[in-house]
Amino acid sequence: MTARPMRPAVDRFAPVVEGWFRVHAGLVYGFLFLPILVVVVFSFNGTTRYVTDWAGFSVIWYQRAFSDPTVMNALRNSLGIAFVNAILATAFGTMAALALQRVPRRLRIVFDALTFVSIIVPEIVIALATLVLFSIFRDWVNPWLAYLAGSGGPVPRLTLGPWSIVAAHVLFNLSLVLLIVRARLSGMDRTLVDASSDLYASPWRTFTQVTLPQLLPAIVAGFLLAFTFSFDDYVISSFVNGSTQTLPLYVFGQIHQGVTPVVNAIASVMLLVTITILVVGQYVLTRQSRSRGERGSTPLGMLEG
Amino acid sequence: MTGLLVLPAGLWYLILLVLPLAIVVIYSFGVRGTDGGYTPALVLENYNRLFARPDPFILSLEIAIAGTLLCVLIGFPLAYYLATRAGRRKSLLLVLLVIPFWTSFLIRTIAWLIILGPDGLDGFMTNLLGQDVAFLGSPWSILLGIVYNYLPLMIFPLYVTLERLDQTLLEASKDLGAARWATFRQVTLPIAAPGVITGSILVFIPLMGEYVIPSILGLGKVFLIGNVLQLDFLGSRNWPAGSAKAVVLIAIMLISVTFYVWTTSRGRAGRDVSVL
Repeated sequence: MTARPMRPAVDRFAPVVEGWFRVHAGLVYGFLFLPILVVVVFSFNGTTRYVTDWAGFSVIWYQRAFSDPTVMNALRNSLGIAFVNAILATAFGTMAALALQRVPRRLRIVFDALTFVSIIVPEIVIALATLVLFSIFRDWVNPWLAYLAGSGGPVPRLTLGPWSIVAAHVLFNLSLVLLIVRARLSGMDRTLVDASSDLYASPWRTFTQVTLPQLLPAIVAGFLLAFTFSFDDYVISSFVNGSTQTLPLYVFGQIHQGVTPVVNAIASVMLLVTITILVVGQYVLTRQSRSRGERGSTPLGMLEG
Repeated sequence: MTGLLVLPAGLWYLILLVLPLAIVVIYSFGVRGTDGGYTPALVLENYNRLFARPDPFILSLEIAIAGTLLCVLIGFPLAYYLATRAGRRKSLLLVLLVIPFWTSFLIRTIAWLIILGPDGLDGFMTNLLGQDVAFLGSPWSILLGIVYNYLPLMIFPLYVTLERLDQTLLEASKDLGAARWATFRQVTLPIAAPGVITGSILVFIPLMGEYVIPSILGLGKVFLIGNVLQLDFLGSRNWPAGSAKAVVLIAIMLISVTFYVWTTSRGRAGRDVSVL
């Protein structure tokens, strides 16, 4: 028997495995997009009765939604709350992330523990705990307001509303921004900061010309994340809203009577808002990182390890 | 100066996290006021009643664990595909993964109401089998909604760890005669472990407190902890009873997450597992 030269073993299953991975990926993407597609398609349904009875293309439900004062009021509230929340959360989170680099170790440990707790506690617990706090605060403040107002004139009353939603949202988003900015800070080149101060730049100048440009992608990502979280939030808002309506609260209230085409239309508008934010954010970040010659950035810091 | 920078965040944590949680703990020993709310007391009644009827806790744990497992099983192959085989389509596929994650939670869940409802799957199956099929409103539909909503949270960290996987290690393993399964178990899995841990925690935490998905897809028939908490606080306004449940929920979260991280990261450099 003659010895044959060794050949690498042929992996007969490689195409099968490869194919299986592709099919799996296809199925998962189908699963992820099917519901979104359903909502958008049926929002253009011209039916007057059932959501799923297709009666031709129409934008009538969009017109209805946009001419409904309740919906428009809820939309305005949602956008306002999301914006104020995103500004505050981004500012506080970024400031804390910067400061935590140089505070005493013990303070940093306490802060880390609090951040950990704020993330590990389920959203609904934050919601109910802040509701309890705000109610106590309200009941404590109102007698004082009545006293200060004196006997004449209308008595001002503090009620839960946009302010309490913003306060609770900021708590939740502050930690998110803090973590995202910190991840970016830890990957930053400290020698640039040292070089800047060696070249007699003032601390403020070093911050605006060296640190801030490097942090910007993380700050933008944090801002957008905070904005969309707040814009979409139902859980916290449903506890501390008082009598304020936001878009998610309105939508949730509606579906108790079943999904209507109006709900689909509102949902599609909300979808458009978030996707616009996503695309704009991604565009800004990619342009920014390209101009500095970096590798394309990952989608909005979501994939930063 | 730096002290001033941490001040807003610190105040927020103190006033809106520490203080409310402390109040909830105090409330959990109180009794319900005559017209709802809280009356000071020091009783264990709320906890006793809770432990006598732990069903929502058990169901929540079951669904959270099953949901996390399903997310790993479905998410792992996809993350692996994205990290190693997707080629040029990779960045597009990643963006496509982020889009559903960024779209409203409420809307994605409502969509399933249409797909599964009497005009969708349930109606179709009922016609097909000639008997009533009610997938919607069962714990299974909640599980589906949960996997749908939380899958991206599992895939992101898995993808990040798998992307760092050195392909030459897999080739080396193959050259040394290891079968596909052995390579997966002995090379890929240990490297991907931090991603699995991070992803599991990211999925498990919100799952335990979930209440939007069960109230929509459960049609009000399935009660998880989140639903019970909502009823206690906004429905019957029995704040002390709700507070006791919240305290137990927090305890479960702290214990299970700490235990999970501790057992799974034993023996490896603990730093590469990061919840934060």
